[in-house]
Amino acid sequence: MFDSILQNFFNALQWGSFYSLIALGYTLVYGVLRLINFAHGDIFMVGAYIAFFVATFLLGSAISPPMALALTVPLTMLLTAAVGVSIERIAYRPLRRKGANRLYVVITALMCGLILENGNLALLGASRKSFPQLLDKTVYALGPVSLTNQKVAVIVCTVLVFLFLQFVVTKTKIGMAMRAISYDKFAVPLMGIPLDTIIVFTFILGSSFAGLAGLLFALSYPVLDPYMGAMVGWKAFISAVVGGIGDIRGAFVGGFLLGFVEILVVAFFPSTYRELIAFTILLVILYKKPTGIFGVAGTTKI
Amino acid sequence: MQRASAPLLTILGLAVVLGLAHLGIIDGYVQTVLMFIGVNIILSSSLNIVNGYMGEFACGHAGFMAVGAYVSSILNIVLFTDAKNFGLELLPPQMTIIAFPVVLFLGGLAAAITGLLVAIPSFKTRDDYLAIITIAANYIIISTVINMESIGGPRGFMGMKKILFAMEDTFDAPWMLFWVALFTVLCVAAIRRLMSSTYGKAIIAIKQDEVAAEIMSVNTNRIKLVAFMFSSGLAGIAGGLFAHILGYINPNSFGILKSTECLVMVYLGGMGSLSGSVISAVIFTILLEALRFIIPAVDTALHWVHLLPADYELSQVWKWVIIPLLLIVLMQFRPEGIMGDRELSDVFPRLKRYFSFS
Repeated sequence: MFDSILQNFFNALQWGSFYSLIALGYTLVYGVLRLINFAHGDIFMVGAYIAFFVATFLLGSAISPPMALALTVPLTMLLTAAVGVSIERIAYRPLRRKGANRLYVVITALMCGLILENGNLALLGASRKSFPQLLDKTVYALGPVSLTNQKVAVIVCTVLVFLFLQFVVTKTKIGMAMRAISYDKFAVPLMGIPLDTIIVFTFILGSSFAGLAGLLFALSYPVLDPYMGAMVGWKAFISAVVGGIGDIRGAFVGGFLLGFVEILVVAFFPSTYRELIAFTILLVILYKKPTGIFGVAGTTKI
Repeated sequence: MQRASAPLLTILGLAVVLGLAHLGIIDGYVQTVLMFIGVNIILSSSLNIVNGYMGEFACGHAGFMAVGAYVSSILNIVLFTDAKNFGLELLPPQMTIIAFPVVLFLGGLAAAITGLLVAIPSFKTRDDYLAIITIAANYIIISTVINMESIGGPRGFMGMKKILFAMEDTFDAPWMLFWVALFTVLCVAAIRRLMSSTYGKAIIAIKQDEVAAEIMSVNTNRIKLVAFMFSSGLAGIAGGLFAHILGYINPNSFGILKSTECLVMVYLGGMGSLSGSVISAVIFTILLEALRFIIPAVDTALHWVHLLPADYELSQVWKWVIIPLLLIVLMQFRPEGIMGDRELSDVFPRLKRYFSFS
C-alpha cells in the first residue's frame, strides 16, 4: 500500500512536471500582457514535433544518440521560441497596437492554436509519429520504488527551469521591466523601457520552455499526435489559474497539484473519473480561494 | 402598421420557407443547414449575454448545451417511445406535437439549473478566473455523461428520430424546421426584451464597472445569477434542438471545440451586439458548409495545374485551418468584430421605423 503510494508520488511528480513547465509559460505571458495565450498548449505540441524532426535528422546524419540529444535540446528550444515569437509578431502585436479589447486577443490566440494543431494534422497526416530513442532507459530501484532516468531528468529540469525563471523575474533588470509592464503598461515606455523587446523576450522564455516540455514529453511518451497539446494545454492553463495566474510560484505549485490529483484519482478510481474528480477538486479550491493559491486580490479604484 | 412590418416580414418569410420545405422544393440538406443556422443563432446570441453584454469571459457554453440535449432527449424517449432500457411509452406518441416544446423547455430549465454551477463561484472571482470555472464546468459535465452507462456513456445516445417520425405521422409537416424557427425567433426576441429591460441595463452596468454598479444599488450577485441562468437555459434549448435534428448525440460533440465555435461566433459578430451575433451565426454556418464543397473543388483545380503532389489530397481538415485564419485576418482589419457593440438599427437608423420594442 505504502509502496504504491510512493510509486504514485513519483509518477505524479513526473506528470505534474509537464503541467508545471507549460503553466510557467502561460503565467509568464499572462503576468506581462494580461493575455491568456491559449495557443501555448499547441506551441508545446509544435515543440514536440520540432524535437522529433530535429532528432531524426541528427540521427540520420550519423550522430550518436547522446550527442544528438545534447544538440536537440537547444535547437528545439530555439525553433519553438521562433514559432512563439512569430505568432506574437503576426497575430498579437497588431491587435495590441490597435488597442483592441483584450478578449479579442484571447480569441486570436485560440484561433492560432487551432491553426497550429489542424495545420499540423493537414500537412503531416493523421499517422502518429514515434519519437526515436535518444536516452537509454536506466531503471534505478530505490527499495520497492523504481525510478527511471527519464523521470528524474524531467523532474530536475522542471525545478531548474522554475529556479531560473524565479531568478530572471525577481533579480534581473529585464525581470524588473517585466513586472513593471504588468503593473502599468502605459507608464513603462515613458521610463525608456522598450516595451516590445520585453514582450518578445517573455514570449521567447515561455515558448522555449514549452518546447523543452514537448521534448521531455516526447522522450517519456514517445508517440506524437497533433492533438496532444490541446488537452495538456487546457489543463496547464487550469493549473496556472489554480496557483494564481501571473505568479511563477503559483504555476509551479499548481502544475504539481493537478498532476498529483490526477494520478491519485487514477490510482484509486476508474480512469474515466479522472477529469470529473480532478476538476471538481480544482473548482472547490478556487471557490475557497478565488484568486488562486498564490494570487493576491486586486483592489479596484473608482 | 409600419412599426409591425419587421415581425410580420419575419413570420411571412418563415412561413414561405416552411411551405417550400413541406412541398419538397427545399431538399433535406438545405433544411438541415437552415436548422443548424437557427441553433447557432440561439447559441451565439445566448452566449453574447454573458460574454458580450456582461463582459465576463465564459468559455464552456457547450456544457450547458449537452445538459439540455441529454435531458430533453431522455425525457422524450422515456415518455413517448418503447426504448430498450427505458421501458414502454408512458404517453401516446400522438402527443409529441404538444409535448415537444414543453420537453425542450424542461431541458432548458435543467441547463439553467446547471448554470448555477457556474454562477455561484463567479460571485467571488473576477475577470479571467471565470474562464477556468466555465472550462472546468464543461469538462465536469462531459465526464459525468461519459461515466453514466445508462444513457450510453461514451458511445452516445440515439433514438430521437422516432420522436420526429411520431410527429410527422400525426400531422405531415416539416416539424423540426418549424420548432427550430419558432424557438430561434422566440429566443432572439426574449434576449432583445431582456436587454432593453431594467435587468438588461444592470447587466451592461456590470460590464462597465462592477464595483460602481454595486454602489449604484445594482444587486450584482442577483444579476449575474439571472444572466448566467438565462444564457445557459437558452443554450440548453439549443442543445435539445441540436439533438433532435441529428437524432444522435455523444458527449464528445459537446467538448471544448464546440465551445470555441460559440466563442468565435460571438466575437466575430461583436461583443454586445445581438444583430451581430445573428449575422455572424449565419455567416459562420454557411461558411462551414460552403467549405465542404469549396475544398474538393480547390483540390481538383490545384491537381489540374499540378501545383500539388499527385499523392496529396486537400482534406476537410483544412476547413479548421482556413476558418481560424480568416478570423485572424478579420481581427487585423476590424478588431471589434463585424458589428462592434452597435445594433443593425444603430447603423441604419431608418430601420427603427419598421419594428418596435418597448
